Amino acid sequence: MASVAQAERPVRRATDRGAWFLVLPALIPILVLSVAPLLYGILLAFTDAQSGRTQATQWISGLNFQDLLHDTLFWESFRIGLVWAVGVTVPQFLLALGLALLLNEDLKLRWLARALAIIPWAMPEVVVGVMWRLVYNPDAGVLNETLRDLGLGGGHDWLAGLATALPAVVVVGVWAGMPQTTVALLAGLQNTPRELHEAAAVDGAGAWRRFRTVTWPALRPVALAITALNLIWNFNSFALVYVLTNGGPGGRTRLPMLFAYEEAFRYGQFGYAAAMGCVMVAVVSVLLALFLVGRLSGGDEA
Amino acid sequence: MRARAGTRAGQYIALLAYLVFLAFPLLWLLSTAFKSPRELGSLHPTWIPRNPTLDNFRQAFDEQPLLHAALNSLLAAAGAAVIAVVIATPLAYVMARRRTALTRAATGWVVVSQAFPLVLVIIPLFLVLKNLRLIDSLFGLTLVYVVWALPFALWMLAGYVRAVPTEVEEAAAVDGAGRARTLVSVVAPLLAPGIVATGLFAFVTAWNEFFFALVLLKTPDKQTLPVVLTHFIGAEGVADLGPLAAAAFLATLPSLVVFAIVQRRITGGMLTGAVKH
Repeated sequence: MASVAQAERPVRRATDRGAWFLVLPALIPILVLSVAPLLYGILLAFTDAQSGRTQATQWISGLNFQDLLHDTLFWESFRIGLVWAVGVTVPQFLLALGLALLLNEDLKLRWLARALAIIPWAMPEVVVGVMWRLVYNPDAGVLNETLRDLGLGGGHDWLAGLATALPAVVVVGVWAGMPQTTVALLAGLQNTPRELHEAAAVDGAGAWRRFRTVTWPALRPVALAITALNLIWNFNSFALVYVLTNGGPGGRTRLPMLFAYEEAFRYGQFGYAAAMGCVMVAVVSVLLALFLVGRLSGGDEA
Repeated sequence: MRARAGTRAGQYIALLAYLVFLAFPLLWLLSTAFKSPRELGSLHPTWIPRNPTLDNFRQAFDEQPLLHAALNSLLAAAGAAVIAVVIATPLAYVMARRRTALTRAATGWVVVSQAFPLVLVIIPLFLVLKNLRLIDSLFGLTLVYVVWALPFALWMLAGYVRAVPTEVEEAAAVDGAGRARTLVSVVAPLLAPGIVATGLFAFVTAWNEFFFALVLLKTPDKQTLPVVLTHFIGAEGVADLGPLAAAAFLATLPSLVVFAIVQRRITGGMLTGAVKH
């Protein structure tokens, strides 16, 4: 045995040296353009860094965070971000689940729904934003025209109205994010054992019971993963709302990302904006941990 | 298994509702792109343009340097896709075949990089690129897109590598092929379809990207298509709807075509990547 192990060792070392050649080309850009900026970003949050300033940047420890604590505008933006993230993720999941279940059935026109469900995924976010601006347009938009035709009044300026802006933007978020979720859930559905489903049907289980006892347990891991990802992606989303409302009217749709972007690149407050980023990461991590722990433990009883 | 007729009807109604929800904004974009300014100004817009016109397309090209922007987008996206795939494939191979502290760290990075808000990355990235004199440069943006495309590329490619049985490599080794030889002439050809699909997906993501391009490119003639599209919308949010719709439609075509080609493969790869982890 010992001799075998000794004979193997030099070979292993040689292959490991080979492995470095395979790893380095990707590792260097990752370190320089992703890991280092992340750590640097966290450090910046503790400084008074500003863009285009000639004085040296100073370490101010927790001052940015203290300021943030009293920055009501930021917390309002944060609240909007949470409303947006949950308001988009939940309907996104439910609608995608419904569509995935339908697409898993043997229906005509399934190919069309499949194709249409993919398109929003392929579109640039900016184009999605532009497109929905056309839909919501007070005069030339299809939404007001349809409402007028139905006799429900019209003349709403959806994206400029204080009460309608956030819901209108959320609808766009749901539309844009549905495809990934649908595709992931559909793939999960196709992994559920068909025989089990049929056996349950033969035993007289109704559609709802079949879903709860056969489909859902098989689908749960995929559903959890995609919902967690959606929650993060939505909370950090930028382009859609930037194009739709640019945070307006009166800050009603100013997501945290938009807020931090303005702070950093319009007002040049790099340190303060980095602190916002840190707070966003912290809160998202906590929420996500709570969500995953809650879901995982909740599943055992079901 | 036959569903009852009532259930079937219900399913079709639901499917129809989905079709309408998914399709109507797309059709409206298309319809707006072919309407004349007079029609767009009229109070009762219709689904089918009364006098379809191509003027909007011409005007879109006159108003903004669309072709130039498309070229910028193409350079950045194609460059990023090629570089990303070239450097990601070897690392993905190691990640799939080895379990070392390094590969575990790489997997950790793939996951964590998804969770970080871009603000936290963009400010230091801006400063780093400024020091490297890569601000306001397409090459700098391309490098950013490479790193940004890596997590997904690594995830996908590692899944494809796991699908290649190790026996194939062992057989090649028995036949006397060296390690490098095995990788280049045995493993790489088997991975080729997956590599192409991953590259095309990286292309679409980079072609569609907006935030980095907005922050990192300042000179108008360096800007990419998504950034130039936003220039159609004026400062007060007033937009010239016809040309805007026409340009938006054109900007989507390349991603749609590429995406249609790779879609099936990507969804398959996402699962192989996921199942084996």
